Amino acid sequence: MQNISGIRPGKRMGFAWGPGDILVYETQNKASGRRSCAFIHVVRKDEDIYSPILRKLFNESHHIFVGLQTIKDDLPSKSKKPQFVSISRNYRSVIRACMEELQQAAVSANDTDMATQYGNQVSILLAIELIWNLCEVLFIDAAPAGSLLLHLLDWVRLHKSDVDEKAKGVLQSDSPAEHRDYWDVVCVLSYVLQGRLEDTRKMLMKQAMLQPAAKSMYKLMDSLLSKMPFYNPGGTQTLTEFDVKWRNWHEEVDRYLKDNSFASNQHLEVICKILLGDEDVLLEHKELLSTWYYFLITRLLYCHPTVKPTELHYYAQSSMMMFLDSGVPEPLDSILLAAFEFDIHQVIKDCSIALNNWWFVAHLTDLLDHCKLLQSHNLHFGSNLREFLLLEYASGLFTHHSLWQCAVDYFDHCPEFGRVYLELQIERVPLDTERKALKVLRICEERQMSEQVRSICKIMAMRAVRNNRLGSALSWSIRAKDAAFATLISERFLQDYCAKGTFSDLDLIDNLGSTMLLSDRLTFLGKYREFHKLYGEKCFSDAAKLLLSLMTAKIAPQSFWMTLLTDALPLLEQKEVIFSAEQTYELMYCLEELTSSLITAASGSVIIYCRFHEDVEVTKVEMLRLALARNLASAIVKEGTMQT
Amino acid sequence: MESAKYVSQKVSKARWRPVSSSFLQQPEIFATGSWDNEENKISIWSVGNYENSGLEDGFEGDPQLICENKHDGDVLGLQFLDQERIVTASSTGAVTIFRHHHNSQTISVSQQWVKAHHYPCDNAPCTAVVCSSPEIITVGEDGRIIVLRADQDCMAQVIENADSSTIHAVTYLRTTEILTVNSIGQIKLWDLRQQSNSASQILSLSGDRVPLYCIDRHPNQQHIVATGGQDGMLCMWDVRQGSMPSSLMEAHSAEMWEVHFHPTNPDHLFTCSEDGSLLHWETSSHSDMPSFLQGNRNSSVTSRSAMALAGGNQSLISAWLNGDSSKSRLETTHMLPSQTLSVNSLDVLGQCLVCGTDGEAIFINKQVPV
Repeated sequence: MQNISGIRPGKRMGFAWGPGDILVYETQNKASGRRSCAFIHVVRKDEDIYSPILRKLFNESHHIFVGLQTIKDDLPSKSKKPQFVSISRNYRSVIRACMEELQQAAVSANDTDMATQYGNQVSILLAIELIWNLCEVLFIDAAPAGSLLLHLLDWVRLHKSDVDEKAKGVLQSDSPAEHRDYWDVVCVLSYVLQGRLEDTRKMLMKQAMLQPAAKSMYKLMDSLLSKMPFYNPGGTQTLTEFDVKWRNWHEEVDRYLKDNSFASNQHLEVICKILLGDEDVLLEHKELLSTWYYFLITRLLYCHPTVKPTELHYYAQSSMMMFLDSGVPEPLDSILLAAFEFDIHQVIKDCSIALNNWWFVAHLTDLLDHCKLLQSHNLHFGSNLREFLLLEYASGLFTHHSLWQCAVDYFDHCPEFGRVYLELQIERVPLDTERKALKVLRICEERQMSEQVRSICKIMAMRAVRNNRLGSALSWSIRAKDAAFATLISERFLQDYCAKGTFSDLDLIDNLGSTMLLSDRLTFLGKYREFHKLYGEKCFSDAAKLLLSLMTAKIAPQSFWMTLLTDALPLLEQKEVIFSAEQTYELMYCLEELTSSLITAASGSVIIYCRFHEDVEVTKVEMLRLALARNLASAIVKEGTMQT
Repeated sequence: MESAKYVSQKVSKARWRPVSSSFLQQPEIFATGSWDNEENKISIWSVGNYENSGLEDGFEGDPQLICENKHDGDVLGLQFLDQERIVTASSTGAVTIFRHHHNSQTISVSQQWVKAHHYPCDNAPCTAVVCSSPEIITVGEDGRIIVLRADQDCMAQVIENADSSTIHAVTYLRTTEILTVNSIGQIKLWDLRQQSNSASQILSLSGDRVPLYCIDRHPNQQHIVATGGQDGMLCMWDVRQGSMPSSLMEAHSAEMWEVHFHPTNPDHLFTCSEDGSLLHWETSSHSDMPSFLQGNRNSSVTSRSAMALAGGNQSLISAWLNGDSSKSRLETTHMLPSQTLSVNSLDVLGQCLVCGTDGEAIFINKQVPV
């Protein structure tokens, strides 16, 4: 529970859920009528995605995730195991790198609050890596009896590294054998408890040199330590042979203990008892073991080195009960216990509850799913566990202003619901610049989300039109193949032309090229501009032909015909006959069609480009009729004249 | 091989600080700009531990952050004005000059034109900036071209409504001429001395008008220009001849964001794209001449002498204009180890290449084969 800074204590709050945040505000107290605070607060549940160091974790793991998905499915799972193990190690090294950076940041932080926050994040990452490593050993690597214990030993040694530091301190002192940590280091901590017997022997050598009287005892211990058998997975010895050898060794050590060979030296006796796996002695050194799972491994090492995976849970439960006095396990303890019991679903469930962020469970579940370790455990709403977790994780990422791009790849690899989620989320990405819109568009186009493409292009095109950037607007409508919008833009151009008498943005209209074909209005615009160009270049007959075709082929909207006919006037008035008789007839027909439709069109249902008063129009029509008649006469004469 | 450095911000621009050519040094300092963050930054990094010369080829120590400063808006353009000053183009429409103080290793804002690019009632992003000290030229989504001078607050020249669509990139053709590319697939040539509002020349591809996003000029042969656009095609243009590109090469499967000729070895070209790849293009002129006779790999020497000898001889046209044809050989290599999110920017100087991606990573390669 936390107080929300900014809301006065004791006040009533209202709230609304967002995709990853909550909006919280003070509500007005009706009774007292006092005004409440006018602020709205955004409460973020997941702070981690905003931490700059943890962000690296999200990006690097995204890279690994995408690489994992592309592993081909045709090979049998067995041959892919080394690949999966190496991917698991990649994930873990990313976690470790992050942890180290956080550790450095915690040390160098000036602010104690920040230092504590970093420290918390480090301990969470430590726990995550511990759990992941155990899952890798038990589930992914899935070692059989014999190798299993060796892997578990490695797991312990990796995570209990304070041992080496203490050893360094002892070895660097003048007389290591008399250092007060000596027996701790040698006797119980790491070396013996972790099964590092070579190191134990070296340390004992130092002590042996100080006590020449007890030389034989040390020699005996040394030989016992050197003879302890360790299973060699790559060797020719079978598990049963190893078991027999180990039992023989165990009996030998037992004999020497019962013989009181080490009775005179308390420390060596303790070592001997540990070698025999005496649980009481082990429990006496709880602080050195520090946790029940290290106790478990040590116990297995010295009691039952050929433990089978299926037997682990029994030992795990009993170790935990023996080790923990209070009996109430922490979340981490129950997660690890579930792992030892090979209950993958319980591990995932507990981790989901304990952590505030879906990162860990999503990636681990995905990897386990690729190893085909998760039963297809259909959840009530249809998708499987892996997909559910990935969707949750990716949805959380999508709320981040920057990491949404990573989230897209996660949605891609959720076959059932990923696409739907992506479609809904991608439309809500704010588009501040064209560059961002282009990236979002590329994402949509690659996935054939045509609805979203159209809506994004329309948003950008409308914005461009509002800012009078007609060229940009046109390029957006071309991208969306939006004919309706292209028509809108062309009409804007034509309106501008009627208002000003010249075209704006000639660089655009002159160079339309094949995009002209997108919409009829656009084609008309292009052709009309071409007419003006031809006229400017004095290619009158070509211009005349073009002008006529614009009307007869119905490319020009009828509302624009008046303008076109007015443009024809100067051509009609030329000394040279430009329009042939045939063409003149067609022009007259168009004029008649236009005037009759203008008479019948009662209300302004047709968009009228040029505002003109009745009398101006009547004059124009009169002038046109006169010019057409004169041209017709000249044309008939010209065509009827024989060339001599 | 390249090493990735994750920097917790999406990198939109990366540029090497220029090195004085007399020392033939490899560049050590580069600047990056971020985008799409709540708080964007411009950062300066240093690479290069010469003590670790025994490491494997290409791999160097991680770049170290020297200093950084807050930047208002996305960094859409970044260029070093000189050894100490950096110009940036922002999505808020502002153009800013930052000064890197070497003594205290800090950056601070030295000069700013806040609303250089704008619409009548809104901000317009400034999309690109190019400079040749003390002149700075910027272009933006508002279709304006602005010429500024460092240390002078007023704008030296503004070409209003230079383009009806967004201008995406600009580059110098000659000291007083610039080339711009826009959303309707046109390259426009502007002569700044003429103070006119229309372009001197317009070049475009016939057919589909694909928006162009980047342009770069050949360092020695000033009529050769390369562009890249939305369809990921690399186009080579000869500005003197005609209005059509001389060759088209399929490069990427998505938008090409930047294209750069190598400044000293122009037979090499680099492009980066939204599809997450960075390509290194290498052309060889005179493919029928055995390589051991070509001697000095510095091809700029070869082409200059060739031009001097040939006069108007057609067969010695730069290999770039021939593209991928029988007359010249064109080799392409991917420079990044695996597919990443979009590579937004790259810069190459000497043997060093730096690029920034949307996966919040910077890649550096210090042994580019040029």
